[in-house]
Amino acid sequence: MIRPYERHGIIQLNLKLNLNLIYSRCFEMNLLIKGGRLIDPSQGIDEIMDILIADGVILDLGHGLGAPEGTQTIDATGLIVTPGLIDMHVHLRDPGLEYKEDIATGSRAAAAGGFTSVACMPNTKPVIDNKAVTSYILNKARNEAVVNVFPVGAITQGSKGESLAEMGELKEAGCVAVSDDGRPVANSELMRRALEYAKGVGITVISHSEELSLVGEGVMNEGFTSTELGLKGIPWAAEDVAVAREVYLAEFAGAPVHIAHISTVGSARIIRNAKARGVQVTCETAPHYFTLTDEAVLGYNTNAKMNPPLRSAADVAAMKAGLADGTIDAIATDHAPHHPDEKDVEFNVALNGIVGLETSLPLSLRLVEEGCLDLKALVSCMSCNPAKILGLERGTLKRGAVADVTIIDPAKEWEVIAEKLETKSKNTPFLGWQMKGAAAYTIVKGQVVHKGV
Amino acid sequence: MGFRHKDIIALKDLTREEIELLLNTADSLDEINRRDIKKVPTLRGKTVVNLFYEASTRTRTSFEIAAKRLSADTVNITASTSSVTKGETLSDTAHNVLAMKPDIIVMRHAVSGAHEYLAKRVSCSVINAGDGAHEHPSQGLLDLLTMRQKFGKLSGLKVAIVGDITHSRVARSNIYGLTTMGSHVFLAGPPTMMPVGIERLGNVTVCKDMREAVDQADVVMMLRIQLERQGKTLLPSMREYSRYFGLNPEMLALAKKDAIVMHPGPINRGVELSSAVADGSQSYIMKQVANGVAIRMAMLYHVCGGEPAAE
Repeated sequence: MIRPYERHGIIQLNLKLNLNLIYSRCFEMNLLIKGGRLIDPSQGIDEIMDILIADGVILDLGHGLGAPEGTQTIDATGLIVTPGLIDMHVHLRDPGLEYKEDIATGSRAAAAGGFTSVACMPNTKPVIDNKAVTSYILNKARNEAVVNVFPVGAITQGSKGESLAEMGELKEAGCVAVSDDGRPVANSELMRRALEYAKGVGITVISHSEELSLVGEGVMNEGFTSTELGLKGIPWAAEDVAVAREVYLAEFAGAPVHIAHISTVGSARIIRNAKARGVQVTCETAPHYFTLTDEAVLGYNTNAKMNPPLRSAADVAAMKAGLADGTIDAIATDHAPHHPDEKDVEFNVALNGIVGLETSLPLSLRLVEEGCLDLKALVSCMSCNPAKILGLERGTLKRGAVADVTIIDPAKEWEVIAEKLETKSKNTPFLGWQMKGAAAYTIVKGQVVHKGV
Repeated sequence: MGFRHKDIIALKDLTREEIELLLNTADSLDEINRRDIKKVPTLRGKTVVNLFYEASTRTRTSFEIAAKRLSADTVNITASTSSVTKGETLSDTAHNVLAMKPDIIVMRHAVSGAHEYLAKRVSCSVINAGDGAHEHPSQGLLDLLTMRQKFGKLSGLKVAIVGDITHSRVARSNIYGLTTMGSHVFLAGPPTMMPVGIERLGNVTVCKDMREAVDQADVVMMLRIQLERQGKTLLPSMREYSRYFGLNPEMLALAKKDAIVMHPGPINRGVELSSAVADGSQSYIMKQVANGVAIRMAMLYHVCGGEPAAE
């Protein structure tokens, strides 16, 4: 039962949200972003340039652009202007698990992190394996989300790994990819057929690559730290074996496959070799895999528990090398909100996953600072490549493109504080970390949805 | 010096002086166990809750007797009789127990790290009676006590530990305790039961062959093998295990003449230990059990404050 005062609160909240949206939609105005360092790998641009946005699209790029009457101007001097960042792997938990996150809060976290688009995984309740759930998400996103939400449907019905989901209908309904994320397709025959069928439909298959029999009851990376803590280990071979299977199936089927959240030396090597011989394989890694090792688990830290698990220093180095040489195409967060009741428990019992939308950009910028990637490559990994892999008309600042723009303040220093995060859940190992770099403005279809300055 | 810890969760956390203090206290308290009237008022008015999430006979009984001989009041909560089966979280159970103002919670839990989790959340003392495959400090301490009584020292001893090291909290506690006290640990077991990097935990040598570990050892510690628990993928059979990693009189003959045989119990006769060895003159298994009471008295005594800490 909802008590009257609570109901009042909900109505107030909804009113406030809707008014904001109505306001932003009724008073669309032109936007001029002046003097920023514009980096757009899709056009090979890296120079100080202005952008003029009108009616939600990029009207012009150039030097010393004038502002027509009624144009709002953003002074981007000292800032970096890029195509809107895209996180191709998040869990918005909506429908069914809204106590962890919902489309509104998840989208606000995305905007705060500099993302103009997110692709949300289908392990909701119910699973995104039909048109109805897809439509629910798109409708709710239209009404409540401040960024673009692109649903990812399931590969198999109910993500049970038994029979193919209706990929054609999922695509028509608006899904941009299919994945049984969190539950690998164990049956190799079924995965082969999924790749073949999806190729016909023209939808990207994203593989959560994990050989479950090797994972067993493991709860963290198998290595010295698991030995020390007396926790059951997950060998790196559990990922490598599965990635190798996907690569060979894709090669055999002549179909593309995208490997989600790789974390091991072996995965990077297998994909590097596969790309060299022409297999249509792409992959992503997450900021925690190039930032933390399994030592973050010491003290039985459940905020360092995720799947795949944090690995060794050699694996961290391999993620950086993979990003540097282009083996790894994308940085995606695997943003996985969980309630404190699911994390503030014994290590074995705690659920897998961490939130990542609001820490991804500064953690990725560290790679630039370290000299592992240049800014152009970083923007490719966080915008252009995800757009390409998912077939989105995004990831570019070409004239006429949708005006999704991220303006980055690379120098902004801030501390990760739970209460200040937009996401509903606060399960991150980066609490208390000093970050450098943040989204100064997140602009979706020409509208400023987040202002961090 | 005094004992400064609120909790005893891991031997990894204890210094040489702290371990010696516990062993010395156990030696002196053991005198009570030999009296006609085995009770002193030391912990009168203190409440000890034994919270056992995993089956245990030896350890739970031993802690209970230890507490009672020091005049503490004891309550036993076991998984089968408590609300654990109703799905209450560890944190909730602990806080309910805590609301009844115990002084010490002695806990056994199947999850590694459960004690660290609990100790951070409760104000009373927490003693680890075994957590998953992490540590079993009271067992480690009673093993050290048993060895020290036999050899008069711990430094320089060669201690062989044989069996399923991966799943053994006893092995880990012994490795930490023995390393701190200056002994050298030799491990042997099937490769499927030897966890990666175990040699980095302390002064540890991993042996390919059990004979290397036992050769000239002062102590041969055998671990209980649990085929049913660890899954059938780790070993072909108990028979084959026994053949390569069982301790029989011929194998024991490789150790020093005055070597002792230890086992945390319960033993599988004819599997890791032949009856001839288990019941032989070199077996210190019953001595370990007896020492278990004394060491647990010492642990309870010291977490309760013990003697005032001298700076």
